[in-house]
Amino acid sequence: MSDKKRLVVIGNGMAPGRVLERLFDAAPDAYEVTIFNAEPRVNYDRIMLSPVLSGEKRYEDIVIHDDAWYDERAITLHRGQRVTEIDRARKTVTSADGTSAPYDTLLVATGSNPVVIPVPGHNLPGVLTYRDLDDVEAMLAAAAPGKRAVVIGGGLLGLEAAAGLSEQGMTVDVVHLMPTLMERQLDEAAGYLLEKAVKARGITVHTEANTKAILGTDQVEGIALENGTEIPCEMVVMAVGIRPSTQLAKEAGLDVGRGILVDDAMRTSDPHIYAVGECVEHRGACYGLVAPLYEMASVIADRLTGGSRTYEGSVTATKLKVTGIDLYSAGDFQEKEGRESVVLRDAAAGLYKNVVLEGGKICGVVLFGDVSDGGWYTQFLRDGADIAELRETLIFGQAYAGASPLDPTAAVAALPADAEICGCNGVSKCTITSAIDEKGLTTIDAVRAHTKASASCGSCSGLVEQLLKLQLGESYNPAAVPALCSCTHLGHNDVRRLIRLKSLKSIPAVMQELEWTTANGCAKCRPALNYYLVAEWPDEYADDYRSRFINERAHANIQKDGTYSVVPRMWGGQTSAKELRAIADVVDKFNIPTVKVTGGQRIDMLGIKKEDLPAVWADLGKAGFVSGHAYAKGVRTVKTCVGTDWCRFGTQDSTGLGVKIEKAMWGSWTPAKVKMAVSGCPRNCAEATCKDVGVVCVDSGYEIHFAGAAGLDIKGTEVLCLVKTEDEAMEYIMALTQMYREQGHYLERIYKWARRIGYDEVRRQIVEDSDKRLAYYARFVYSQQFAQVDPWAERAAALQEPRAVHDKYAEYRPMADLSVLEAAQ
Amino acid sequence: MTWIAIGRVDEILPLSGRCVKTVGPDVGVFRAADDQIFAVINNCPHKGGPLSEGIVHGTSVTCPLHNMVISLASGEIEGPDEGRTDTIPVDVRAGVIHLDLPAEMLPSAKASRAA
Ligand code: SRM
Ligand SMILES: Cc1cc2nc3c(=O)[nH]c(=O)nc-3n(C[C@H](O)[C@H](O)[C@H](O)COP(=O)(O)OP(=O)(O)OC[C@H]3O[C@@H](n4cnc5c(N)ncnc54)[C@H](O)[C@@H]3O)c2cc1C
Ligand code: SF4
Ligand code: FES
Repeated sequence: MSDKKRLVVIGNGMAPGRVLERLFDAAPDAYEVTIFNAEPRVNYDRIMLSPVLSGEKRYEDIVIHDDAWYDERAITLHRGQRVTEIDRARKTVTSADGTSAPYDTLLVATGSNPVVIPVPGHNLPGVLTYRDLDDVEAMLAAAAPGKRAVVIGGGLLGLEAAAGLSEQGMTVDVVHLMPTLMERQLDEAAGYLLEKAVKARGITVHTEANTKAILGTDQVEGIALENGTEIPCEMVVMAVGIRPSTQLAKEAGLDVGRGILVDDAMRTSDPHIYAVGECVEHRGACYGLVAPLYEMASVIADRLTGGSRTYEGSVTATKLKVTGIDLYSAGDFQEKEGRESVVLRDAAAGLYKNVVLEGGKICGVVLFGDVSDGGWYTQFLRDGADIAELRETLIFGQAYAGASPLDPTAAVAALPADAEICGCNGVSKCTITSAIDEKGLTTIDAVRAHTKASASCGSCSGLVEQLLKLQLGESYNPAAVPALCSCTHLGHNDVRRLIRLKSLKSIPAVMQELEWTTANGCAKCRPALNYYLVAEWPDEYADDYRSRFINERAHANIQKDGTYSVVPRMWGGQTSAKELRAIADVVDKFNIPTVKVTGGQRIDMLGIKKEDLPAVWADLGKAGFVSGHAYAKGVRTVKTCVGTDWCRFGTQDSTGLGVKIEKAMWGSWTPAKVKMAVSGCPRNCAEATCKDVGVVCVDSGYEIHFAGAAGLDIKGTEVLCLVKTEDEAMEYIMALTQMYREQGHYLERIYKWARRIGYDEVRRQIVEDSDKRLAYYARFVYSQQFAQVDPWAERAAALQEPRAVHDKYAEYRPMADLSVLEAAQ
Repeated sequence: MTWIAIGRVDEILPLSGRCVKTVGPDVGVFRAADDQIFAVINNCPHKGGPLSEGIVHGTSVTCPLHNMVISLASGEIEGPDEGRTDTIPVDVRAGVIHLDLPAEMLPSAKASRAA
């Protein structure tokens, strides 16, 4: 026989395929090669399985090495033969059917296995994974137009599977555990754009969704999520991750961590055995993309032919292969001290670029919408090249010569012609732009005079000015509107109008479409945006608790020592023996150090540990208490006096009206807190004339007041009007509050808002224009149906049952308590 | 160096913090939008505010008591004010967060000192 050395390869994936190509190029006659492959086929391009699934390609198109290739090199390929044993002492491998082969050098390339989450029902027929051609064939056999599939996992594989199945005419849902898709490869901003693009293909996306069970008796019939949702379907594809396939190596006694451990020569702990591909762990890293595997393959081919090249790890880049969705990410784009993000957003084009710099070099990049420069950035990244010279224009890409500043009018330019710019007077974009063009208008006052746009509350002035700038160009210099914060050039009003006009329904959506200059905002804009979204889309917006200040997140007031205070509602300041007894019991049971009557006619319990809050609320809830929202930018208290019930001067039932108002309005979120009061006569014992909204009862009816202040500023109220009945009083107060909710800047109390837009404007819209009033009133009532959920009851109940660890209720428990750890040993 | 496992990355929502109790001061553990994990002694350098209760943005947290912004990487107050809280080394392996805590923050230290 020949003097060739014997090389045996376990696994016939892309990684060893590349080793053999390089090896035969360099030394065609050095080795006699035997391959064992568990899959019954030749080496094919695994990454092109998605086009096969979507129908764009066939299996034959993605074969890398056909039969002839193996014949020409006299390679023995054992198809469909899984190796079950490596005998390192005798240097042989043996497969399941007993075929055995001796080696001088062994190459382990067992790849990885898809992770299957062991939920009930995971082995029902119809539950598939996505790894090889058999999986694709199984999916294609079961796919049919009109049938439904659920893909578990919103990473690269899951989304490719979802897109492919959707191409096959199926109705597809993607269920993803994290808040954003592909969170490992993308930042939040790109994740938002990706979700938008995936949804635009008719695929339903469920984020922060944990699978509880797969339903069905002899075949998949649906899946159930932790949150109670059930999705009917005939197919479930699990694409939640991969795990290096190390079993065989471990049994042979090789060193194994997460993957098979190799050194820089790609050698395992046995010098006669190399390993390559996804099964490998090198310097702590396991790879799941082909580029690094190919780099490993070159090193092994070199070593097999006597070379001394080393593998030192790879910079990986990810691309999604779904036609029409362009995204790219590479390197490390985490925010860190000393690093700086250069962000470019183009809302109209759906474009997002984030190039992260460290020490004058690129260390990471995320691109969405236009990925043509991905390779260019990655080259700088790999080379560690100094980009100081290119810095200014870098973000615009390779083709760009000479940067121009970002255009602040872009968001307005992108609005459709019929977008309503002025909500008060119903003036659309095209009415304004044609007035500017046809009448030659050059100032905002002229636009106001001709179109009435921004002539009422004025909150659209910023947008009108941008339209002037858009039509007149550089010659127009808009009045500087103070920006909401340093993450944007837009003011509060513009942001609010644009949220409505562009139907923006999440914080990442606002940041992308309004071209925020930071990747995820700051402590100033995040709470403001969260409020604007809650106010605009009461029914649809999912409150982002992480964007709320601690008091509103925890639903209690934080104290200087980190404990909390709890103030339950006492409707209109009235209480009873039963309520007081319940409070006394809670105070005793939880050893609450301080109990105080507040300035808002109710009782405050101070000094409660955060972990006790849910139990305190559960006990208070049993006595009928709900949260007093003493912490909220929202409706706080309605103070009352005793009125006609008892008082000899009382003119109306002030206590009863106060209770009614509080019951109708509690739970509402507002730009800043709203405190109210109802006094039974002009002696005004409930101090209604220094409240945000007050009522002073008189013989002829109810005098409604607004815009008072008695905190940092002192200011008596303005009179809104006199009404005859309680029902009218309620309608006017809710309409007024809604107007404030829609126009107030975040953290602006009613008195400041009213001063800004003018007291008469408020009277005009609420008192004189009954259509406006009724519309505001109706919107308030509508939003209340979503707002009046007692947050305490919700949390007290949630914490009864063991829940997903990362949900918004978990924060009441410390993540870990190391002070009670048993001393080990 | 003793690495103590305190829980999984997914027990902290991105852009938020959780608190870990020890025998000594509490530790605030934070997750940035990009899944990077930070840990600092949970006391604000200003007046001891519990940092884990603040709003997280970028790699900073805004203290819940008086809105000072603290860099999670250095523990220092950002901006003109001065002051810092100690940072705790973090290691994340296979999704599990480990902290390298000084011995005096762990009960075994107390126990062995007592012995
Ligand atoms: C508990 C209470 C004092 C008391 O023991 O009586 C109180 C306590 C606090 N007030 Fe007040 N205010 C309380 C009635 C008032 C009143 C009187 C009233 O409501 O009739 C006022 C003047 C009226 C007003 O609001 O304009 C008042 C004006 C303020 C202000 C100044 C607001 C302003 O815009 O001028 C603040 C600061 C802020 O909100 O930014 C404030 C802020 C606070 C905070 C929330 C400070 C904070 O952020 O931690 C205090 C929380 C302590 C706690 O944990 O309970 N508190 N505070 C009262 C709770 C009323 C309730 O039952 O909900
Ligand atoms: C649908 C899909 C899309 C992808 N898209 C991309 C992409 O766009 N870009 C990218 O870079 N990467 C992509 N990847 C990942 C890429 O395909 C893999 O990183 C690469 O194929 C791994 O090659 P490998 O040789 O290490 O392992 P594999 O290709 O998994 O090969 C391992 C082979 O070994 C066989 N085997 C296992 N154990 C034994 C045994 N005991 N005996 C005999 N044979 C055994 C297995 O049957 C398998 O055929 C994608 C993967 C999938 C599934
Ligand atoms: S007046 Fe209000 S904010 Fe000031 S110390 Fe008293 S309770 Fe606190
Ligand atoms: S204690 Fe943190 S800012 Fe004051």
